[in-house]
Formats: sequence, structure tokens, C-alpha cells
Amino acid sequence: MTWLRLAVANLGLSPLTSAVNVLLMALGTASIVLLLLAGSQLSETMSRDARGIDLVLGATGSPIQLVLSAVYHADVPPGNIRLEEAERWAGDPRVRTAIPMSLGDSYRGYRIVGTTADYVELYGAGLASGRLWDGALEAVAGSAVAQSAGLGPGSSFAGAHGLEEGGHSHESDPYRVVGVLEPTGTVLDRLILTSLESVWVLHAEEASHAHGHGHGHGHADGSAGEHDHDHDDEHDHGRDDGHGHEHDDHGQDDGHGHGDEHDHGQDGGHDHDHDDHSKDDGHQHDGEHDHGQDDGHGHDHDGHSQDDGHQHDGEHDHGQDDGHGHDHDDHSQDDGHKHDHEHDHGQNGGHGHEDDDHGQDDSHQHDDDHEHAAEHDQSDTDREITAMLLQFGSPMAAMTLPREVNAAGELQAAAPAMEVSRVLRLVGIGLDGLTAFSWVLILTAALSVFAALYGSLRARRGDLAILRCLGATRWELLVALLLEGLLLSAFGVSLGFLAGHGAMELLGGWLESTRGVALTGWTWIPAETLLLFGLFGVGAIAAAIPAVQAYRTDVARILAEG
Amino acid sequence: MSDPATLAVDAADLDFRYRDRTVVRMERCQLDRGRSMAVIGPSGCGKTTFLHLLAGLIRPGSGAIRILGQDLAELRGAKLDRFRGRNIGLVFQRFHLLPALNVRENVLLAQRLAGGRIDAARVAELLEQLDLGGLEHHKPSMLSQGQAQRVAIARALVHSPEIIMADEPTSALDDRNAEQALTLLQGSAQTVGAALLVVTHDQRVRGCLDDEFEMQVPA
Repeated sequence: MTWLRLAVANLGLSPLTSAVNVLLMALGTASIVLLLLAGSQLSETMSRDARGIDLVLGATGSPIQLVLSAVYHADVPPGNIRLEEAERWAGDPRVRTAIPMSLGDSYRGYRIVGTTADYVELYGAGLASGRLWDGALEAVAGSAVAQSAGLGPGSSFAGAHGLEEGGHSHESDPYRVVGVLEPTGTVLDRLILTSLESVWVLHAEEASHAHGHGHGHGHADGSAGEHDHDHDDEHDHGRDDGHGHEHDDHGQDDGHGHGDEHDHGQDGGHDHDHDDHSKDDGHQHDGEHDHGQDDGHGHDHDGHSQDDGHQHDGEHDHGQDDGHGHDHDDHSQDDGHKHDHEHDHGQNGGHGHEDDDHGQDDSHQHDDDHEHAAEHDQSDTDREITAMLLQFGSPMAAMTLPREVNAAGELQAAAPAMEVSRVLRLVGIGLDGLTAFSWVLILTAALSVFAALYGSLRARRGDLAILRCLGATRWELLVALLLEGLLLSAFGVSLGFLAGHGAMELLGGWLESTRGVALTGWTWIPAETLLLFGLFGVGAIAAAIPAVQAYRTDVARILAEG
Repeated sequence: MSDPATLAVDAADLDFRYRDRTVVRMERCQLDRGRSMAVIGPSGCGKTTFLHLLAGLIRPGSGAIRILGQDLAELRGAKLDRFRGRNIGLVFQRFHLLPALNVRENVLLAQRLAGGRIDAARVAELLEQLDLGGLEHHKPSMLSQGQAQRVAIARALVHSPEIIMADEPTSALDDRNAEQALTLLQGSAQTVGAALLVVTHDQRVRGCLDDEFEMQVPA
């Protein structure tokens, strides 16, 4: 106690130096602690989220993207897959559980996941209240979603397109919340779950709804609009109510001639467009529209006549065109006629053209018919999901199944465990670099402690000599100096651990609110205990040389020198 | 020759060299328990070295030193440190109070290092006797020279040692303060029944103590 008191008193003699040393030590410690906590919790969280998922089936692309999107809900999916194709693999005897998953919409930044009850079971989540979804448009909120969005059984909300906040929302048909899940500490807490049918119904409605206004949504497109530029453009069109633009897009999209034909109506006709058109096979053109808007150029008609694949219906057939070349010219010059045509389009909602386009666009499921029933009745072969999570029945499956899926070509198989370790390896390089930097800080602190103690030795030689005269042994002087070094470290390290954990908690709160990654500072990992001993070791080493000098104090000489 | 059991200090045939130069050479120096003695000699006669030899801070090249009947040559390391702490109170010309500790703590530390138990009442009483009452919580840097010396004396006395050794306790002081300091040392030593050995070149000390021992610069 005597020596501890003396050490504290001596440190108090030069408060600024001591404070700087403590601060240096604290800074280094805090950064190492923060990195340790973040690194370990990140990998723990990642493996917890991926627990029980042996393989993810999804659209071809980056396997990391597939895993990030389907397991961690942290990226947009690479695309959609046909349910039928995924179920072919799900039915494999080596697969124990298969969980389909359909993404595309979100609510306040929380993803709405169309899936089955197996997904809830995968994370062993219980219901905090209510029940699981039973039909279309019934939703179950994860605990974090429920809390932050204020959702509970009985409340309803409308999903928004896209996986990020700020998407265009589905105005009609809001989801009805029927249950809330208990917290699981997994990604599930931040999801809204519903049935696959909900997603299908909603997007089918949306898609047909879109027809009327020139929208075109497929749920693959829901991935933040990355896959199809139509998304945004078409929204604009909807507002424009102008058909010409839409057709331009369609023309860019698929290279179909329809848009161009409309352009003719507005532009007065271009030969190039007709050329395009003539290259397009298999299109069904509404004679009325095309020709009505075609200004009836000779070239146009030539083009059409050269195009064998076209079927032209209606009054304004090619035949009629041929016969009425002048008439069309007249039409184009005749404003009244043009208006009539445009009005017709307006009334039809531009279906003639758009529907044709959409029908040929693979990612869209559109019907010329506006009845929802038609969408609902779609056969399973056309139904799509975003991903399928697989759980193997035997470990052997991990060796063979992924290769077979990938070899088959249509789907991509990605193993979360493998992708996670790849991600962590990448992250690990960064963490290692930061950790190395933190140790440089610690080393600086140690050098500073050494300098402070060593520097004070000279001034304190008399003190040390008098202590020996008063009966202190050499070893006690050594311990006294070591204690000072250790005290500085102890203060610094304690402060550093506090600051590190505090910062982790703050950062965790921020990350949770912005990135949905739940990290906490109120935890202690085994590596920290090691670090604690390591840092005290560093403090002791820094004090070792001054301590040995104290041990060697030549009392008589110092006293003789006065 | 006195009875060894009654001797506080008994040094015989001492020879101490430092870098081939003889610093101290003497045949015999003895001090009885409870008595006081002045060791007087000119600068460079090895007075301070002699004091360090007696305190066991350095060892003689040859000769024997017995303190309170104990041959210092028989003690090593920590045992010697403890023996010194317990039995000898040292007062230096420069007082060497620990700057980090206050007056009371400086005195308490000496008590603790001497191996005795902490006796706060004894410390308070001693400080009162030395006219240091009220200064307990002052740091050494806040004390006058006279006050600091009294604290140094208190520190040397607090564990009631058998011998008090003082190195030039008066040389930095004017006549009045020098006399006061010497009187204080004498009185304090008598109070605890300790022998007092004062090493000095200060001629004013002559005739003040029981015995005197002249040191010569060695040839």
C-alpha cells in the first residue's frame, strides 16, 4: 500500500505528463478494443444469420451478391428465377428443407420477404404476438421492424417498390399485419414476412395496373431498378400520359418497331424507323395505330410490305395503306385525324402497342387483358421467386449439389459459409491493418511511459537514495518504479476499454439504425482478456528499464554528491 | 575500551578507497549508547564517506564496523537495508524530503519503512513537539528551510532509532539557526534515548556535544 500510494503521489507530481501518457495508452487500447469487438461480432452475426442455410439458389451472377441479398438482405438480388426450376432442385432427395423467397418491395427501408413458415423456423423465432401469415397480403413483422415502424397485429401498411427507402408505393391493397416475431438477434428482426402469393398478387396487379399508365413492373425489377431501366422511365411516362415517349423506350428496350411507329405519328415519319420496323419479325401491329399515325410515306409502305412477319389487322391495313398512300399523307397533315388517333390511344391506355412490347419482354408478365384474374391464373411455370434457401439432408450434398446446379446453367448455387468467409477475409485485411495501426499507438504510449519514467529518474535519484536510507530495499525501489509504469497503463487501459466499449455501443446504435447491423458494446469477448494482460505487459516493459535503474541506485554516491 | 554491548558505534581499522585513492583511513572510533559525538574535520577528510560506511550504505575495503553490536559485514542486501531502517535515523544536509508526499506522509513513510507499525498518534505528537503542528498537509516545497529540516529530523526520529546520524546539519544555517538545530537534535536524541553522531566541518559545533572525534585528510 505504501508503494502504491507513493507511486500515485509521484505520478501526481507531473500531472500533464501522466495525463498524456494515460491518454495515449487509452487511445491505442480503445481502437484495438473497438476493432476486436466489431470484428468478432460481425463474424458472429454473419454466421448466426447464415446458420442452417447450406446453399442459396438464385439467378446467375455474383455468388457474394446472391448470398448478401438472400441471406443477409444487404444487397439487391442478381435477378429472379423460375419457381419451377428452383423446385426441381428443392425436390432433390439430398435436400432436407427448401425455403423459397421472393423480394422486391420494402416498407420504410425494411424488406418485405415473400416466403414460407420454414423461414421463421430456420431462425427458431417465436411469435411475440398474433399469428403467422395465412393468406395473401397478410404480414408478420420482425421485432425490430415492429418496434421502429410501430407495427403490430391489426395495423396495415403499403409496401414500396424497391428494397431501399423512397420507392414508389403500392397505393392500393395494403398489407395487414397479423403477427410480430420475438427478437432473434438475426436478420429476421429487420424483415417483414409475408406469403409468396402476396408478392405475386401485388406485382401482378401492379403490372397490369401499370399497363394502363405505361408502367411496367416485374418483381425482378424491384431490385432498386438496377436490372431494368424501364422502371423509372416508365414512371415518367405514366405522368406524361404521352405515348410517344413510351414507345421510344420500348424501342430502346427491345428494339421493337412500335415505338418508332408512334414517333412517326408525332414526328411526321422517318425512313429509318420504317427500316427498323421492317426488320422486326413476329410483331402484331394494329393497323389502325400504325398507319393512322404513319404519315403514309412511300418508304413506310415499302418497309411494311417487305416485312413478311407482320400481321396487320384493322381497317388500315397495308393493303389499305398501299391504296391510300395519299390518304395517309392527308391524315398526317390533317390535325383532326391525328388527334383522333391520339385520343384513341388515350382511351385504350396505349395498350395496343405496349402490350405487344411487354408480351415479348421476358422479365415482364403482361396480359393484354386487364383482368387480374388472368394474372392469378398464370401457371406455375411462369411464376418467379428471387431465391431458394436449401438445407441439406447430408453433408455429402455440399460436395455435389452446388456443382450440379451450376453446371445445369439456369440457376446459380452459392454456399453462404464459403461466401461469408470470403467476405470476412476481405474485411479481415482491413481490420488487420487498423489493428496494426492501433498497436503502433500502443507502442507510442509505451515509449512515452518509458521516457517519462526514465526522465524522472534523474530528478528523483535523491528520493530513491533517501528511501534506501529509510530502510527500503533495492527490490522495493524496483517495484516502486514498475508500479508507476503499471499504474499509467492501468489508467490508460481502463479508460481505453471503457472508451472502446462505449464507442462500440454508440457505433452499434448508429449502424443498427442506418445499416441494420446490430452490434453492441456491452459484451466481453475472450480476446479482450488476452489483450488486457498484453497491455499490462507493455506497461511493465516500458517501466522495466527505469525500474532496473532504480534497483541499481548508488545511494552513497548520490548522497555524497549532495 | 568500552564494553561492546554498550557501544552504539564501533569502527576499527577502517580503510576505504575510491578509484585508487584512499578516502577514509582511521584506527578506531567508538560511540556509547545514549551519548552524542561530533566528527569534525576539514573538507575532503572523508567525513561523509565515514558516515555512509557507518550507515552500511557502502562497505569498507578493510576493517570492521559494529553497530549496536552487529557486525555490518554479516548483513547483506535487504537485511542490511532493514537493519539500517530500524536502528539508524539519518539526517542530511539537504533534507531529501519526498516532494510527492506531504509532511505527515513523509514521516509516516519512514515509520513504515523502519518495519514498525503505523502509529499516527506518535507522528502527530512528534510533529507537535517539533513545532510543525498545522503543517501536516503541506508539501515540502511549501516549507521554509527551518521547517524542512525539522521535518527531516522528525523523519529520522519517528521510529525511535538507537542511533541518529546527521551530516552537516548546521553548515547551511546562520549562528542562531545552527545552534537551534543542534539543540533540537540533541534534545530529540535524548528524548528517545538515542546516540547522536554529527559529522561536520562546522567549527561552531565544537564543545556542544558530549564527545569529539577529529578526522584528518588521509595521506
